Amino acid sequence: MSFDYDKWLRPGKLPHIWCPGCGHGIVMKGLIRALETLQLKKENTAIVSGIGCASRLPGYIDCCTLHTAHGRAAAFATGVKMAKPEMNVILCGGDGDGTAIGGNHFIHACRRNIDMTYIIMNNMIYGMTGGQFSPCTPTGAKASTTPYGNPDPGFDIAKLAIGAGASFVARGTAFHANQIDKLIVEAIQHKGFSVVEILDDCPTTYGRRNKYKSVIEMMNRLKDVAVPVKAAEKMDPEQLKGKILTGVLHKQDKPEYCQEYAKVIERAQGTAR
Amino acid sequence: MAKKVAFLQGNEAAAQGALYAGCKFFAGYPITPSTEVAEVMSAELPKVGGKFIQMEDEIGAMAAIIGASLTGVKTLTSTSGPGLSLKQENIGYACITEVPCVVFNVMRGGPSTGMPTGPSQSDIMSAKWGTHGDHPAICLVPASVQEVFEETVRAFNLAEKYRTPVMVMPDEIVAHMRERIVFPEPGELEVIDRTAPSVTPDKYKPYDTSFGDVPPLAGFGSGYKFHVTGLNKMQDGFPTTKAEVVQAEEERQVRKVEGNAADIMKWEEYQIDDAEIVVVAFGSSSRSARFAVNEARKQGIKAGLFRPITFWPFPEQRLLEISKKVKAFISPEMNLGMCAGIIKGCIEGNAPVLGIFRVDGEPINPGQILDKMKEVK
Repeated sequence: MSFDYDKWLRPGKLPHIWCPGCGHGIVMKGLIRALETLQLKKENTAIVSGIGCASRLPGYIDCCTLHTAHGRAAAFATGVKMAKPEMNVILCGGDGDGTAIGGNHFIHACRRNIDMTYIIMNNMIYGMTGGQFSPCTPTGAKASTTPYGNPDPGFDIAKLAIGAGASFVARGTAFHANQIDKLIVEAIQHKGFSVVEILDDCPTTYGRRNKYKSVIEMMNRLKDVAVPVKAAEKMDPEQLKGKILTGVLHKQDKPEYCQEYAKVIERAQGTAR
Repeated sequence: MAKKVAFLQGNEAAAQGALYAGCKFFAGYPITPSTEVAEVMSAELPKVGGKFIQMEDEIGAMAAIIGASLTGVKTLTSTSGPGLSLKQENIGYACITEVPCVVFNVMRGGPSTGMPTGPSQSDIMSAKWGTHGDHPAICLVPASVQEVFEETVRAFNLAEKYRTPVMVMPDEIVAHMRERIVFPEPGELEVIDRTAPSVTPDKYKPYDTSFGDVPPLAGFGSGYKFHVTGLNKMQDGFPTTKAEVVQAEEERQVRKVEGNAADIMKWEEYQIDDAEIVVVAFGSSSRSARFAVNEARKQGIKAGLFRPITFWPFPEQRLLEISKKVKAFISPEMNLGMCAGIIKGCIEGNAPVLGIFRVDGEPINPGQILDKMKEVK
């Protein structure tokens, strides 16, 4: 029997806003499969986003959904999670939303290690506004605001998250669709702040400016560039040049924020043991 | 039994008022001259099972209290001018999504970093127009430590009753001065909680106007699931660009405050009945004004004081009535004439408005007001 996505989708809210060839829908399906695998309760699951194409995702899913201001998803979600730690809190959004305007909230959510899962769809561009360069646009690439090529160096989101203190960091791609739900499942199950970066594509505003003749070419880029961490262990630096590691990149046990605050309450109430 | 009495600072009274109102979540960022609110909340909230979080910035603090409020708890943040500027983005978000929360803003000198330890009354226009777009505004301006407590309780009540952010804005003098405060007993002051939905989750819509201009708000995690967005929305919470829906929703959001102004507005009239000169003053300036009115009466000058306690919505109608029988208004304020401009806007030219405007970080003293009264012909 085929998988029933409709069970998790809100009736009447499709079609989605994403362009043909965009990978965000693949990521959304991966998230839905993860929700089903984990049998999360819709009423007890909050999906929080900022602004941008990827941030429209929560509107389609039948849970408690919060579409906030640009870059602020992590801060709003922190309020939700702190006030109701028993809720499952999942964040989603794009690379510009999460690492430029939302960069401060992102690194501090990582630092606190608060038990939420952040799915970042990295298509290396601001798509909704028409293709301006983001902190993840490769140096030299063309965007509507880098007509002579991008002078900026880009972020490595996974390294940023690990450096800031996230206790689970994984990376997948929109091409490797069957891996997405598995990474999200593991991220949600992990106690602490988990980041899942999904390398994505934007054929409309990135591909056309950067000599990708078709969506297939963009998808092939994701296929070619990705190297699973296990496979990378057997490869030499020359072979890894230009490749991007995928899979679970970092996993660590460390104190989770809401649990630590519960101890603060015990200390304040004099009930700490 | 004798009531509990204390010698408290305005900021400490704000925290105590919030706790009395049932606040269970505080998010903030350190800023002079309001930090004491955060300090007291960090100590007191966990004692009552509440949560305190110091966020990475002012924007995040405002975001966190909205997120927390959506789970059904009463929430507070505190800040001052530069922080208020940063919070404006998400204050607008709370307005359009209709999420109750309280913003305590201590007015210090500005613009920008200005005079961090100096008093000011120059954020009153920010309270109404700081965030972009049309939106409702409720702003309370207490003038004593006791009143900071009581108005903070009322701010929570108004936020819950009207599903909107409410600002409490003492100037730095009121926030930092110490006075005797008599704590109300539990139950003595009214405490209002938001209306919970009366329909089952499958029938729930977060902006269902069949329940009136202030639809019931469910909490995330309480069995109800719904969508919240900062985009213009329909009654079911989902975005729309349908002209007639956007127009109706925008008008309702403003109407739920403006249309209930009589319930929200609060002011004090002192020696107004036969007054020829009316001083309109709020916050610490109103304390100097009261002193000046008393002195003026001793000297045979028929002076009175009109003191807004709710600044927004502004008591336009009452001032218009008063303007028909007075020789002049005096507006002493720690800014360059914001309140004077508002007064002029509602009295249809019936009387002149004389200003005493100070932005030097010094309080307005009674002598200045008395001198100004003597200029009135």
